[in-house]
Amino acid sequence: MENSRTYTYYPGCSLQATAHAYDESMQAVNKQLGLTFNEIDDWNCCGATEYFSVDALPAYSLVARNLSLAVQSNGSQDLVAPCSACFLNLRKTNDYMSKYKDLNSQVNQALAAGGLSYEAGALNVRHLLDVVIEDVGLEQIKTKVTKPLSGIKVAPYYGCLIVRPETGYNTEYPTHLDELMVTLGADVVDFPMKTHCCGGHMTQISEETAYELIRRLLQNASDYGADAIVTLCPMCQLNLDAYQNEVNRMFGTNFHIPVLFFTQLMGIAFGLSENALGLGSEIIPAGPALAKIGTVDEQKTRERPKRRDKKALPMPSMDSGGNE
Amino acid sequence: MSEEEKIGVYICHCGHNIAGTVDVEGVAEWAKSLPNVTVSKDYKFMCSSLGQELIEEDIAEQGLSRVVVAACSPHMHEPTFRGACSRAGLNPYLFEMANIREHASWVHQDDGEAATEKAKSIVSGAVSRARELEPLEPFRAPIDETTLVVGGGIAGINTALEIANAGYKVILVEREPSIGGHMAQFDKTFPTLDCSACILTPKMFDVGNHPNIELMTYSEVEQVDGYVGNFTVRIRKKARMIDVDLCTGCGDCWERCPAKVVDTVYEAGLGYRTAVYRPFPQAVPKYPVIDTESCIYFKNGRCRACEKFCPTDAIKFDQEDEIIVTSVGNIVLATGYDLFDSRRLPQYGYGRLANVFTSLEFERMTNASGPTDGKVLLRDGVTEPKSVAILHCIGSRDKNTNDYCSAICCMAALKFAHLVKEKTDAEVYNFYIDMRTAPKDYETFYNRLMQEGTHFIRGRAAEVTDAARKPEEVGKLIVQAEDTLIGKQRRIPVDMVILMAGMQPRHDSQEVSHRFGIGCSDAGFFNESHPKLDPIATMNAGIFIAGVCQGPKDIPASVSQGAAAASRVLSLIGKGEVEIEPVRAHIDEDRCSGCRICNNLCPYNAIDFLEDLAVSRVNPALCKGCGTCVAACPSQVIDGQHYTFNSIMSQIEGLLWDVRPNGEEKVTFQKTEPV
Amino acid sequence: MPKTSERGLFEQVMAETPGGETLITCLQCGTCGGSCPSGADMDSTPRRLFALLSAGMDKDVLESNTPWYCVSCYYCTVRCPQDIPITDLMYAIKQKAIQAGKYHQDSHAAFSESFIGYVERYGRSFEFGLATRYHLTHHPLSMLRKGGLGFSMMRKGRLNVTPEKINNLPQLTAILKEAKRIARQEA
Ligand SMILES: Cc1cc2nc3c(=O)[nH]c(=O)nc-3n(C[C@H](O)[C@H](O)[C@H](O)COP(=O)(O)OP(=O)(O)OC[C@H]3O[C@@H](n4cnc5c(N)ncnc54)[C@H](O)[C@@H]3O)c2cc1C
Ligand code: SF4
Ligand code: SF4
Ligand code: SF4
Ligand code: SF4
Ligand code: SF4
Ligand code: SF4
Repeated sequence: MENSRTYTYYPGCSLQATAHAYDESMQAVNKQLGLTFNEIDDWNCCGATEYFSVDALPAYSLVARNLSLAVQSNGSQDLVAPCSACFLNLRKTNDYMSKYKDLNSQVNQALAAGGLSYEAGALNVRHLLDVVIEDVGLEQIKTKVTKPLSGIKVAPYYGCLIVRPETGYNTEYPTHLDELMVTLGADVVDFPMKTHCCGGHMTQISEETAYELIRRLLQNASDYGADAIVTLCPMCQLNLDAYQNEVNRMFGTNFHIPVLFFTQLMGIAFGLSENALGLGSEIIPAGPALAKIGTVDEQKTRERPKRRDKKALPMPSMDSGGNE
Repeated sequence: MSEEEKIGVYICHCGHNIAGTVDVEGVAEWAKSLPNVTVSKDYKFMCSSLGQELIEEDIAEQGLSRVVVAACSPHMHEPTFRGACSRAGLNPYLFEMANIREHASWVHQDDGEAATEKAKSIVSGAVSRARELEPLEPFRAPIDETTLVVGGGIAGINTALEIANAGYKVILVEREPSIGGHMAQFDKTFPTLDCSACILTPKMFDVGNHPNIELMTYSEVEQVDGYVGNFTVRIRKKARMIDVDLCTGCGDCWERCPAKVVDTVYEAGLGYRTAVYRPFPQAVPKYPVIDTESCIYFKNGRCRACEKFCPTDAIKFDQEDEIIVTSVGNIVLATGYDLFDSRRLPQYGYGRLANVFTSLEFERMTNASGPTDGKVLLRDGVTEPKSVAILHCIGSRDKNTNDYCSAICCMAALKFAHLVKEKTDAEVYNFYIDMRTAPKDYETFYNRLMQEGTHFIRGRAAEVTDAARKPEEVGKLIVQAEDTLIGKQRRIPVDMVILMAGMQPRHDSQEVSHRFGIGCSDAGFFNESHPKLDPIATMNAGIFIAGVCQGPKDIPASVSQGAAAASRVLSLIGKGEVEIEPVRAHIDEDRCSGCRICNNLCPYNAIDFLEDLAVSRVNPALCKGCGTCVAACPSQVIDGQHYTFNSIMSQIEGLLWDVRPNGEEKVTFQKTEPV
Repeated sequence: MPKTSERGLFEQVMAETPGGETLITCLQCGTCGGSCPSGADMDSTPRRLFALLSAGMDKDVLESNTPWYCVSCYYCTVRCPQDIPITDLMYAIKQKAIQAGKYHQDSHAAFSESFIGYVERYGRSFEFGLATRYHLTHHPLSMLRKGGLGFSMMRKGRLNVTPEKINNLPQLTAILKEAKRIARQEA
């Protein structure tokens, strides 16, 4: 009954190195979900945020080369990127070329120098998480869960670029990753900072600035009792994981919150082996948090569900309205 | 076309508006060369009495048979010049207006030459069309003296009372179980802080007891037909499940009712009500209704407690909706507004962070008869806040939500700041972009608030969060904003946040505007016939608007507009009859093939099919002259009076006076025989 | 008062940003400044930077550290009530500052440029080379301290020591060269 689905695929630079765990776990999960990703031949770097800061038109052209090569590969119109920064750059270039005629013709003029061209809007650029949730669907994912993640409290961290500037999801308080985690059986904590910045490239440039941004996120996740943070972007994972000890040193804090990719948690819930999911490559070891899976939260069972205080005023219903 | 027509052409300067761009003397001089033009003049203000006299004199002295005035929009001054023609004895439908202001001078301000050329074309078109005009007589119809008022907020209440006090019948239709609208939810009203109930309740009482007012609450207008003076309306009176002839309003029923639900209308979500309920003690009428969606009996067939305890056997579970069809002469819409839904802006945490409240929730909170008995408390219902932030412009002045200013929320925010100070010891922070306190005495109120020690931070709040960065922020709501006067980001920890959600059109305002045949803006506020000179009438004669349904405004302005609508209705009733434009479709029955295509296309159901003759006929009383059928008729036998096929084609020929597609000849069209 | 040249920085920045013309409708509401995660480090909030820009105080704008602290989170852009593409405007102002050679001492123009250097030379970014090169030249001390981090990253297979390179580099080079030529000619 499962359809196999095929997509054109843009991995991005970090999946080969800093985020190889994301790559491995994604491959493993894709097999389970019947997703086939055809990598664009000879793709180049998306330019991250750096190229746009120095030279806008070459930056758009750099990204457009990937779009053009993706069309040439004659595969699916859906182009998938697992990294939020790549996703943003590909999507934004695609959108801006459709929206702004001058930009479109200038970029195509540049592409022509390399014998390429791109018809704006020809592709639909999507993030991996969107494909997993919208195309595969939570219902089907649920059928694959053999080892529910009960007992572990996760803070779903989206970061900036998967929801902003414009992807159709709520730009302030998205919930699709939350829902995925609930489907996997995890305890999801409310995470007010879920779409705040991980510091981006500031870790390289201004430690004071970056570490403070990272600290806020770790502090908030820990205030809400998270055992682990789950993410969907290599840059976010790197900043929160690799720099966590640096943050502890700078602020005298003592955070030990592992930061995992959502595909890793999916793999665990599907019963796949830790090896296949790149576990162990994180700097803050995930072992202690993962050991909680399957255990029962004692505190939670002891606490009787609180009766609503008679005097309390009703909370607004969230049934309608909200996400537009 | 008759060769002997004498046409007078008048080019208006409109002060500098037209003459500043268009060479008006040149156009007037040039127009003399157009066929049949006997007089062509330019004048500073044609609409002035001197301008009108000019026309009247020329008709009398030169025997003009057609008049063309090239000036502003016919919407503005066609009636003026038709009046001048009438006075001089010329049938007013032989007048034609050319718009060279909106269509030429204003849109081509930087190119006078092009504007002048365009003005010539427009005048030439008007002259050609004038030649084809035929004299017409307006229809006259008596005016039904009963008025329908839709919406029983303060605007509708005031309209109804003004008309009823003048001695005419009013039907007031209100959707909710009671009249009162938003004003009934408030405790105090700015800027004088007088008690809302004290000034509103007597008016509500008067409405309920007025011999000239028929009040239909829990009702809605479903259909409207007809035209000014003679509308037929279909009203659905929803089943209350209460026999109001028996009910005394004693309250035994709702006191025993076990079904409790959050009241999202009157209590704005901050309080509860029962399934059988009266929204508030001073409700008019005093009878409750049973909300069948939350009633246990309607859900699973058990309960009927209310029935058991009602001392007068007034509960009627089998009551059904009632349909009332009646005729009215005029209609006033006063349907008010909905509050902006703050859940659309998750950055402010409404619905997630317990102690974020909307403006209307706060109104209920401060109301002595509200859920907290007027105490300012956090969501737990016991704790008094020590600090309160009031965020202006929520969902207003924002292209992502509503781009207009809601006009009242700066003042309401000041009112709230005052009430918090009065009732608690809390520090109050107002986050605003601009402080808009224009009407009379409002600035004084702002001054008073400054003296009371309210903190004003100029900057739109960026977000409200519970993610603490510093120890003093733990357990608080933190409002993050740029204090733009300092140029620094600030984080203010507070206990309570009030979102000044703006006013927006009723969720169904588009539907309602269609039903009543009036226009509404993109946002959904009903369109007035003229933004300055006629903010009360609509483009549909006999239908008026009052209150916030026309645009954001405060109570004094809603009251004034309600009174103004009443006076417009009264002056029509006083006239006794209406003149209706004879711009109507007419079917040449001899040539009608009886295909009936036009029958269903007419949006006003104005076309009847005469079975015996097997032809279609237009009912002139219902036809609005929209022209849909004219364009649709495959036999081309429908013509629009005043907009005949020939008059339109001649106008196009005139417009193209200097176009020579094949070198030599002017553009001409095949004309038809007059129908 | 500073003189505004015929086409001042304000107009240039607007013209060179897709959708940038909306900047002229800035309400000075401060939503951007209030939202910015880097607000504390900036000498001017984004709002104030726009006020300086529209007042023609070009020098203050070019020398400001504001755009260099922008982390591209797009909070300002999605919250701006006037739909102004603020993040993109920050990029445009950085470009202008680089062109004018006036950028702030805190700026990381050098970082961006070494990043771009790698992309242009290999077609891929190269985190290891970037981190070492940039830090050795700019923050040698912190590099020493962070050596440990780099080492664990490498041990966990998370840093490539040799850069990847795309096959058709000449094609990419030609495209970028042409793009730069067009950009220069437009300016
Ligand atoms: C938080 C807040 C505080 C305010 N405080 C003040 C203040 O202190 N002073 C002040 O001057 N102004 C204040 N205002 C403004 C004030 O509320 C309005 O100016 C006023 O209530 C408008 O009255 P209205 O009759 O036009 O609309 P409404 O009060 O909205 O009444 C409209 C009525 O029409 C009914 N209705 C709607 N649709 C239909 C339909 N299709 N069929 C039948 N009935 C229908 C509704 O049920 C309602 O009863 C405040 C506004 C807000 C949001
Ligand atoms: S108990 Fe009966 S009489 Fe009393 S309010 Fe209810 S319905 Fe009316
Ligand atoms: S029958 Fe319905 S309205 Fe009556 S008391 Fe029971 S729940 Fe309330
Ligand atoms: S009245 Fe004040 S708070 Fe309301 S939208 Fe206008 S400026 Fe904002
Ligand atoms: S012109 Fe025709 S379609 Fe339009 S209202 Fe009159 S009869 Fe109906
Ligand atoms: S948010 Fe937009 S309108 Fe407000 S100050 Fe910033 S740029 Fe200007
Ligand atoms: S995009 Fe840049 S300027 Fe805008 S809020 Fe984020 S960091 Fe600040």
